[in-house]
Amino acid sequence: MFKIVKKEHLNPTVAKMVIEAPLIAKKAEPGQFIIFRAKEDSERIPLTVADYDREAGTVTIIYQIVGAGTMELDTLKEGDCLHDFVGPLGTPSHVEGLKKVAVVGGGVGCAIAYPVAKKLHELGAEVHSVVGFRNKDLVILEDEFNAVSDKVCMMTDDGSYGEKGLVTNALEKLINDGNQYDEVIAIGPLVMMKFVCQLTKKYNIKTVVSMNPIMIDGTGMCGGCRLTVGGETKFACVDGPDFDGHLVDFDEAMHRGTMYKDFEQHAREAECNLLNKEVK
Amino acid sequence: MAIQRNMDPKKCPMPSQDPNVRNKNFEEVALGYTYEMAVNEARRCLNCKNKPCVSACPVAIDIPAFIERVANEDMKGAFEIISRSSSLPAVCGRVCPQETQCEGKCVRGIKGEPVGIGRLERFVADWHREHSTEAPKMPEQNGHKVAIIGAGPSGLTAAGDLAKMGYKVTIFEALHLAGGVLVYGIPEFRLPKVIVQKEIDNLKAIGVDIETNMVIGKVLTIDELFEMGYEAVFIGSGAGLPRFMNIPGESLKGVYSANEYLTRINLMKAYKPDSKTPIKHSKNVAVVGGGNVAMDAARCAKRLGAENVYIVYRRGMEELPARKEEVEHAMEEGIIFKTLTNPVEVLGDEDGMVRGMKCVEMELGEPDASGRRRPIVKEGSEFELECDTMIMSIGTSPNPLIRSTTPGLDTNKHGCIITEEETGLTSREGVYAGGDAVTGAATVILAMGAGKQAAKAIDEYIKNK
Repeated sequence: MFKIVKKEHLNPTVAKMVIEAPLIAKKAEPGQFIIFRAKEDSERIPLTVADYDREAGTVTIIYQIVGAGTMELDTLKEGDCLHDFVGPLGTPSHVEGLKKVAVVGGGVGCAIAYPVAKKLHELGAEVHSVVGFRNKDLVILEDEFNAVSDKVCMMTDDGSYGEKGLVTNALEKLINDGNQYDEVIAIGPLVMMKFVCQLTKKYNIKTVVSMNPIMIDGTGMCGGCRLTVGGETKFACVDGPDFDGHLVDFDEAMHRGTMYKDFEQHAREAECNLLNKEVK
Repeated sequence: MAIQRNMDPKKCPMPSQDPNVRNKNFEEVALGYTYEMAVNEARRCLNCKNKPCVSACPVAIDIPAFIERVANEDMKGAFEIISRSSSLPAVCGRVCPQETQCEGKCVRGIKGEPVGIGRLERFVADWHREHSTEAPKMPEQNGHKVAIIGAGPSGLTAAGDLAKMGYKVTIFEALHLAGGVLVYGIPEFRLPKVIVQKEIDNLKAIGVDIETNMVIGKVLTIDELFEMGYEAVFIGSGAGLPRFMNIPGESLKGVYSANEYLTRINLMKAYKPDSKTPIKHSKNVAVVGGGNVAMDAARCAKRLGAENVYIVYRRGMEELPARKEEVEHAMEEGIIFKTLTNPVEVLGDEDGMVRGMKCVEMELGEPDASGRRRPIVKEGSEFELECDTMIMSIGTSPNPLIRSTTPGLDTNKHGCIITEEETGLTSREGVYAGGDAVTGAATVILAMGAGKQAAKAIDEYIKNK
């Protein structure tokens, strides 16, 4: 059992949990993920590691409450335990040797972009972070990004905080201002990563994206997480989750992500009803 | 007391659920012999001197001896004989391909049907589970520690044998549940999960520790296991990534690997109405492949309510690699066999969902390297098969996690771990391996045989150190 030592809501739909998992904390690297099951009959849900503390033996996860699984996770409180917590899975992000990097995060994807930015900063790279949210209420990890970045561009869709616009607007401006990046690392919704890649392809800047397809075991057994990368079938759980963004077939990945839309909708409603009943 | 031999040329048939009932539920198909049936069937065994059945058993169970006990109605004695050789009798009695092993060599099979050895093994194991009140005895500890990677058939067998010799055994399992393919792959209707759980509980009772959620190669490496004081390591990490055909359309929604389809249904219980794991409820399903896994996937699809379920296989009925019994069960349940057929493209609709499969007809040519006649495409035979789900069941390649994190562990060009045949020793001292990680996709009993051999070799290695 894996104890929740700290829980905090970062905004109305995003929460952070610090989980006691010493063995995983010892090995985890940015870019890797864990799979948890909240309860004994829960689904296996993959989440990219948001942070880790090797000394304290904890791993931090940040999740958006979007479906039945994350709603169920969110019913657990500090001091409760997750039934299962396995990792670190996938290959770590390759950050060694990079001198100047633009880290682009969108929405809850910032939770995954942050440890990458932090690691780059620790390795002495110049880090420009471009973070985007729908509006001011949804902003997360602002202080954290400020602490590890040489420059932070805060963007909101509606202009309620930072600058109005998309992350691609800010990134293009940085590039046009003469910033020469060794690499762009983009983590966020598929559509955001797709457009970042279209932009950087134009400027011929290597771009790495973090993919989070539907997955079950996460250890290279089920094949559910397959993607087409450069015309080849790749498995996010063992070959990724980081891939060369210019080679990823995003349209296919977006299509595949909707496989269980109806089931998920139904499950979400059922979970809502269940939670409402418990509240009453 | 001499018993009266039963000279009936036929095996006592296995009572089973009616095909048209069972293809709508996930309860066990074969119901098992009654006490009288078991005793009667046991009396068909001639207890011959040569015991060809024993040499054909990968774990060398003393078959005539246990059957003799059944014939004499000593079920406890029968169980003791089986458990000397096998850690998982209730499992093997159900899923072993007896027709090519013990029963394939039975003398009674020359002029009639062989003795129903598998059915008797199952009966003895089930009888013991239901009647035994004795807790398994904790063996005397010898103070040595062994680590086992993977709680599937090979790992459980190696663990059981080593624990009985007095070793302190820890199994590290990547999933949240022990059992490997017995829990994620083989469906409930062929192997009820309570039976697997009971076999695992028996191992725990003799001191085997099982640590779930531990992906060796990630959270700990094999070198770290040695640092932790384990003196030998057995790798039974199983089959790995599913193969696809590399034809257009394989990433459409509705294309599953058999591993994914079965894992959702078996491990994650997607067949239960209250499961939190989604599965597609399909109308027309095409399963590509002809092995036992393909049969399992097809029979699951039928049970989930599909109207038409096809087995699409590029060779003929005679060449199907699945067990004959599985093929017969599938046919009884209404699975449609489209043999000498090969898909060339998966067709999708405007939403990216599978709507059909473009296939070609095949004919068999000259034998190929495997000795089987090579399928050749019939010119101009292209046709479309309507389906909304396609399940690829054409094999797997071994899991890459351990070989990529263990320096000095040699693998062949397919990624299978290279071992000494007799012992399972790998290219690393103290590291042994067996099961699908070594052979590629094979059977439960072969994996168990490998686990058994490795346990013996590990014992010799540690004793001589």
